[in-house]
Amino acid sequence: MQVMDRIKEEEKATAVGMSPVARRVVFVTGGMGGIGSAICRRLALAGHTIVAGCLPGYERKEEWLGAMRKDGIKVHAAEGDVANFESCASMFHNVRSIVGNVDILVNNAGITRDSLFKRMSERDWIDVISTNLNSVFNVTRQVVDGMTERGWGRIVNISSVNAIKGQFGQTNYSAAKAGMAGFSKALAQEVVKKGVTVNTVSPGYVETDLVMAIRAEVRAQIVASIPMGRLAKPEEIAAVVAFLVSEEAGYITGANISVNGGMHMM
Amino acid sequence: MAKKVAVVTGGMGGLGESITTKMADAGYQVVVTYSPSNTKYKSWLDEMKGKGYAFAAYPVDVVSFEDCGAKCAQIQKECGNIDILVNNAGITRDMTFKKMTKNDWDAVMHTNLDSCFNMTKQVMDGMVERNWGRVINVASVNGQKGAFGQTNYSAAKAGIHGFTKALALEVAKKGVTINTISPGYIGTKMVTAIPKEILDSKILPQIPVGRLGNPEEIAGLIIYLCSEEAAFVTGANISINGGQHMY
Ligand SMILES: NC(=O)c1ccc[n+]([C@@H]2O[C@H](COP(=O)([O-])OP(=O)(O)OC[C@H]3O[C@@H](n4cnc5c(N)ncnc54)[C@H](OP(=O)(O)O)[C@@H]3O)[C@@H](O)[C@H]2O)c1
Repeated sequence: MQVMDRIKEEEKATAVGMSPVARRVVFVTGGMGGIGSAICRRLALAGHTIVAGCLPGYERKEEWLGAMRKDGIKVHAAEGDVANFESCASMFHNVRSIVGNVDILVNNAGITRDSLFKRMSERDWIDVISTNLNSVFNVTRQVVDGMTERGWGRIVNISSVNAIKGQFGQTNYSAAKAGMAGFSKALAQEVVKKGVTVNTVSPGYVETDLVMAIRAEVRAQIVASIPMGRLAKPEEIAAVVAFLVSEEAGYITGANISVNGGMHMM
Repeated sequence: MAKKVAVVTGGMGGLGESITTKMADAGYQVVVTYSPSNTKYKSWLDEMKGKGYAFAAYPVDVVSFEDCGAKCAQIQKECGNIDILVNNAGITRDMTFKKMTKNDWDAVMHTNLDSCFNMTKQVMDGMVERNWGRVINVASVNGQKGAFGQTNYSAAKAGIHGFTKALALEVAKKGVTINTISPGYIGTKMVTAIPKEILDSKILPQIPVGRLGNPEEIAGLIIYLCSEEAAFVTGANISINGGQHMY
């Protein structure tokens, strides 16, 4: 189908409240976290088949799957360590045997190990670079050839405002997240003629457990530094991802979309 | 006044040679590091001696945190405190993502990005204590715009600038500046080895200025960033690409 036809079909279907014409297989790394969960829910509502990735032996997996099921959202779970190439290879081997080829990949897994550079250990550096940046290689490697062969694919990398502006106490995280954007732009060029788009989303502060765990006074300070005067809802990040993976967004590639309430504009 | 000590990693390479000689001309005491696999370091040092440059030189594997630690300690003992660090060592392992192996990815990440951590970590406390320091990280236009066949290199070079900005914030009040420079196509041996017809038909047309950059122009920018006048420049990414990519 031509691009315009696909978009028209899509418009027709959504106008009458039907699920989209093209049902895709989505893989979200770190899919059970704050932003990851919102992305899974949003793309499930759009009618896609969802696989949420998590670490092997992740103790909240069953609880999370149960909560999703209770809300009538059907998702699959896959266990693998995104910082480990072999673990990713076997995870996607399993994923393919259960739901088929992955059409949409959201690289969302990430960790922080904040400390001043002065105190940062080599371990803190390596852990953050491996889980946030090398993971993008490890995971994307497993799915991109299939996307180019089939002539359709979407890759969305979740970066951070702190990659764009730098953050005190986050030399490792700022480096890893900024690296993601370099990767996205290079890969976007390589697959640009194959129907595959690669983009980066850079959220500001999002209302996840992680941020809500920050002491109330400190959180108030953070909120005061945001022109919009509030945190983002995870659903607002998910909405941008949902747009980027849609048919309509097929011309957007190599882009970086900031979703930060005006915190850092460029 | 004692000369400021500047360490240039990969100081015998295409850009490195211009950076080291021009910095020496500008009055810095330049310490050159080379990779452990470099077999030509002796002849390079002799050649430089012939031109009147007496460089201290050390083999430093920038990929190894331990080696960086040991060698920087040795340098500080033998040459004095390190005031300036130019993270210039870098490699490419170009190929499309389709063909890229995990090794190609890791080698480029280690040498271009982790190296900035490994080296900067050794010198930053001293700079902060002495209330003066300059770190210049050499990235690339391809980190800014992305390049076909360079998913690894684009990721590593873009990552460098995230590191630069975060560290610049941490030490901004301590007289230490951290900056990134992003060269475009520079006329080093590597680039001038490209066949003339490809240079003329493919590469030069992308460059509004209509020529390659000179390594000396990169060195000039670094010397500016080291100067007192540049004390207000920190966390910046300075493009030096003849207009090839503006944003
Ligand atoms: N030339 C350009 O047009 C251009 C454009 C944009 C950015 N850059 C960047 O500029 C920097 C210098 O590039 P160049 O053109 O001068 O390339 P080059 O001649 O190949 O120099 C790179 C240097 O890196 C050193 N190196 C590599 N691996 C190392 C390791 N494990 N430990 C220690 N040192 C290591 C090499 O040392 P040995 O020689 O001792 O082996 C070499 O001197 C690089 O970061 C490159 O990415 C260059």
